[in-house]
Amino acid sequence: MSATGAPKKKPTHEELEATSAGSGVPVPDQIGSGFEGGVIDQAKAWLSRVRGGEMGVLPAVAGLVVLFVMFTIASPYFLTDRNFANLLTQAAPYVMLAMALVFVILLGEIDLSAGVTSGVAMGLFVVLSNPGGIKMNWILALLIALAAGAAIGTFIGFFVARVGIPSFVVTLGLFLGFQGLELLIIGTGGLYRIQEPAVIAIESNNLEPWQGWVMIAVILVISFATAMVDRRRRTRAGVPNRTITLLWIRLVIIAVIGGVVVALLNQDRGQSLLAITGVPIVVPLTLFILWLGTFVLDRTKFGAYLYAIGGNPEAARRAGIKVVGIRWTAFIICSSLAVVSGLFSASKVGSVDASFGTQTVLFGVAAAVVGGVSLFGGRGRLIHGAVGAVVIATITNGLGLLNLPGGVNLLVTGGVLILAATVDAVSRVRAGGSLTR
Amino acid sequence: MAQPIVELTDITKSFGPVSVLKGVSLKVYPGKITALVGDNGAGKSTLIKGLAGVQPYDSGTVRFDNNIVGLHNPREATALGIEVVYQDLALCDNLDIVRNMFLGREETEWGTLDEGQMEREASETLRSLSVRTVKSVRQKVSSLSGGQRQTVAIARSVLKDARVVILDEPTAALGVAQTEQVLALVKRLAEKGVGVLMISHNLVDVFAVADYISVLYLGQMVASLEATQTTSDDVVGYITGSKTYTGVNV
Ligand SMILES: Nc1ncnc2c1ncn2[C@@H]1O[C@H](COP(=O)(O)OP(=O)(O)OP(=O)(O)O)[C@@H](O)[C@H]1O
Ligand SMILES: [Mg+2]
Repeated sequence: MSATGAPKKKPTHEELEATSAGSGVPVPDQIGSGFEGGVIDQAKAWLSRVRGGEMGVLPAVAGLVVLFVMFTIASPYFLTDRNFANLLTQAAPYVMLAMALVFVILLGEIDLSAGVTSGVAMGLFVVLSNPGGIKMNWILALLIALAAGAAIGTFIGFFVARVGIPSFVVTLGLFLGFQGLELLIIGTGGLYRIQEPAVIAIESNNLEPWQGWVMIAVILVISFATAMVDRRRRTRAGVPNRTITLLWIRLVIIAVIGGVVVALLNQDRGQSLLAITGVPIVVPLTLFILWLGTFVLDRTKFGAYLYAIGGNPEAARRAGIKVVGIRWTAFIICSSLAVVSGLFSASKVGSVDASFGTQTVLFGVAAAVVGGVSLFGGRGRLIHGAVGAVVIATITNGLGLLNLPGGVNLLVTGGVLILAATVDAVSRVRAGGSLTR
Repeated sequence: MAQPIVELTDITKSFGPVSVLKGVSLKVYPGKITALVGDNGAGKSTLIKGLAGVQPYDSGTVRFDNNIVGLHNPREATALGIEVVYQDLALCDNLDIVRNMFLGREETEWGTLDEGQMEREASETLRSLSVRTVKSVRQKVSSLSGGQRQTVAIARSVLKDARVVILDEPTAALGVAQTEQVLALVKRLAEKGVGVLMISHNLVDVFAVADYISVLYLGQMVASLEATQTTSDDVVGYITGSKTYTGVNV
């Protein structure tokens, strides 16, 4: 079937019969794919999808813009290059954590232990690599920390995917248990400073200004190249491509936003004679993991199965998908990426103590929801988690500049979460679902 | 008469002490629609689950193309070209039509999904079934009507050169117009040379499309006859056990 030629134009007897019988509507030459038409048609189609409830990351981006405008008006410090760099480095651990959680949330599962998992792993890292103690090579210690994350993910995956215990219960248990494990590893009241310069550098050092521009160029080249591969495949298969103008528009948007960000970060934001310029190193690291994860979710069978299981596990099973293995793998990915989030966090804070990561996981879940990832599974992308995390980091950062009492931040964050969940629920109704599910 | 593509002989199946299939025989012919009818609990679903490899039979022989085959798991059934469209449709609402049709057997190139190829094949399959109710193959299944979903599920079953398609109550819960569309689709499946086995409780639907009718009554095949050689009243009688078929089974 796959090797036959392009769709034939001359209707066969059978097709003519089908046309004359029934409702009299002619059989279309080819069933559409929504890729046809010019920029205007595509924009209209997109608008109708948004009106139909498929809003994706739109509400979060709109919220981000509103927050930026509000804080810029409220505080003269907010939109300075120094605070902007600070905001990005504050957001990075949450972005990583939210992206980690998206892998399991897409399955309709949850990992409440992601934060403490990062705490246990980073606790191992500091205990192993600390110059006052075991003095292990820091790279080796980091690999052990990552392996510990993967092992924890394997453990969770076993109980959830294999034994069939709800992930909420398993990871709640670990959330409690690992707080104890952290105490055992680090010691009550203990605190280890991060001494390895390379780890500190992740959040504190910056790219050279020219490297920032190279980063933008690489992003543009990769976007262009993947889009061209897609187009070539579609052309080869004889199905329509979206108008190429859309690709140019997308690349221009990336170039403009990326260009503004890099230009802003390349300003000297030092407060003393020492110049501080450039994009924080954590930014390209995070973008790389975002790209890699998105590639896996959008373009591989594993990603396709993750969405399928999130949508209808029984359908996935009957289609011959190894549901247990996919679920299991998702938990391993989540816990491993949670350790990366912990690494960023430790780099930012400069130390690891016995309560490291105990407060963060719900911010990660909130970030994913704010970004438009559905807790019911099957809907959402990594970029949603990332944008949601930036929204939450922006609230913390902006309110911090306003000298408000400490509790306000949490109140506002909670309010934003409920607002976002409401937007999700209402959009689900508009997309044809019901309010309760 | 043509050679049957599937021939079941003396099939039995019990669940513990309950014997559900008591020596059932059934033939499915290529290019023909065989309707499997019977009252609730007669064993219809049990019979097709065995054919799908989901729930293997206890004893009896299954011939496929006149060769004896064992159907021990779903993969063996799929390998023979036996596809099942389940009563509860087994589609993923959050995925589009193409992804649903290719679920579990995606086309890839260099380890990445070849969306263009999949879209083309999905589109061609739908067209070969003269589907005209679906506007775009990239629509999410959640936006489809019940009949359109059934269409997608059926199209999915013939995507990869199925030889036998089993449909479990394909028109249950559909309105008049959509029922008509789905039945037309079932006919077209047969026109493509596929052997179709359709379970239905609706005798109007059965007489509208079926070439053969097989009646299951309490785990026994009480009648297998040509649709043109019988009447709705007679079939109701066989189903309820108030009439006994005296002719020769086809
Ligand atoms: N897994 C099982 N364990 C025990 N009994 C079963 C099982 N599956 C089916 N049965 C029994 O086998 C009998 C036939 O069931 P089956 O589902 O095949 O009927 P059916 O003809 O499909 O009915 P319906 O028209 O209601 O779908 C029923 O009495 C049912 O209770
Ligand atoms: Mg049944």
